[in-house]
Amino acid sequence: MQNYASEDRYIKELDPKKHEIALSTEDLHVFYGTSEAIHGVSLPFERFKITALIGASGSGKSTYLRSLNRMNDNIEGTRVDGKIMYRDIDINGKGVNVYEMRKHIGMVFQRPNPFSKSIYDNITFAPKRNGIKNKKVLDELVETTLKQAALWDQVKDQLDQSALALSGGQQQRLCIARAIAMKPDILLLDEPASALDPISTSTVEDTLLSLKDHYTIIIVTHNMQQAGRISDYTAFFHLGNVLEYDITSNVFQRPKIQATEDYVSGRFG
Amino acid sequence: MRQIFEDELNELHVRFSEMGMMVNEAIYKSVRAFIDHDKNLAREVIESDKQINKREVDLEQRSFEMIALQQPVTSDLRMIVTVMKASSDLERMGDHAVSIGKSTIRVKGNRRVPAIEKDIADMAEVVKKMGEAILDAYVKEDETRALEIANIDREIDRYSDKIYKACVQETQHDPSTVVGNMDYLLVASYLERIGDYVTNICEWIVYLKTGKIVELNTNLNETL
Repeated sequence: MQNYASEDRYIKELDPKKHEIALSTEDLHVFYGTSEAIHGVSLPFERFKITALIGASGSGKSTYLRSLNRMNDNIEGTRVDGKIMYRDIDINGKGVNVYEMRKHIGMVFQRPNPFSKSIYDNITFAPKRNGIKNKKVLDELVETTLKQAALWDQVKDQLDQSALALSGGQQQRLCIARAIAMKPDILLLDEPASALDPISTSTVEDTLLSLKDHYTIIIVTHNMQQAGRISDYTAFFHLGNVLEYDITSNVFQRPKIQATEDYVSGRFG
Repeated sequence: MRQIFEDELNELHVRFSEMGMMVNEAIYKSVRAFIDHDKNLAREVIESDKQINKREVDLEQRSFEMIALQQPVTSDLRMIVTVMKASSDLERMGDHAVSIGKSTIRVKGNRRVPAIEKDIADMAEVVKKMGEAILDAYVKEDETRALEIANIDREIDRYSDKIYKACVQETQHDPSTVVGNMDYLLVASYLERIGDYVTNICEWIVYLKTGKIVELNTNLNETL
């Protein structure tokens, strides 16, 4: 892989008066043991927008995404330095209740991973454990979240059937529905469509675009066209640094950094 | 990993440059035919326009296919868009060469005005140089040069103005020259339009290099 000068970078500044920032990181470093995987990344994430994190395998984009709701805490020897600011609180701080925080910042993974339960129970699993017992409230929650995830019409007559009987695309939308059942502010998605066929990919993308009205979405994707189609902002990761962060249409039409140009046009990666 | 795409892009680039040379040759020949009253050469220009039109269609088909199959972005996309847009400007330039050829064939034993013919020949020389320079700037992706070339268009406009006035004067002086003067005027306006198309291509070179869409030398404030 060609080496690019890592000091050569462009990070678009968002004016806080014009753009409401839902989440941001300040000089975030991630270490696996002694090796540093993320070298001080500062990024803003605008409220009700989709930000795509792109970059080659090993560039650190998934590591960074997982840090945002402290998924890296569970990996032995991992250390995350720097700030993750959410509602004026540094959620990377010591006293933070991680489980409480994850209600606000939800995650959807690459491979659909519904629980081996009914569709209904998948959605209500977490809300029930958080004390919602009223059947009517739970029924409503199932309906609204499945509608938001564009799955309701297909599954409304089979809510008691196993989620594992659904197609891959439907399973993934169920996982999105499950994530939004806790009414998070922010939805993190790690390559949510990479295990799906083009039609399912397209429905998941449509789902994300419709969710944008209510959620701030941060998505890791390997698919350049997907980033172009759905995101408002794009951050390009390279060897643990963000080399370019800008409005998506700029990144795909006239990026300011050569490494970005080479990556998005398929010259490496 | 993108070797085939690189080859296709290069092929597109070469075929576009060739089209530019074909068009420049057509313009050059059409003016020479007009000045020399060479109807055979004029017919040759009209005939050769078919090749130019075919080349434009060929470039469009290649571009559409590359967009559909390769989904190009950034400079790759700009290159393809530039070829698509600039090739239609070239094609229109070729059409004006054909119009000059048709004027040549139409002319029958008119009385000639050497001074005006000299101006048309000089004007054509500038247009030809502009046409050659723009191809060079395209190949080198030199947007600074493109901006300079666009400025030459003002010189062409001055010739156009001068020829217009001379034709009016000549017609007033000797009304029997009116038919010939009308043709001079037409040819000058074809050349002037060709200059405008070259200016369009200058704009596409700026886009190719910078991604910015600019408008050069608008004629809104100019009158004859």
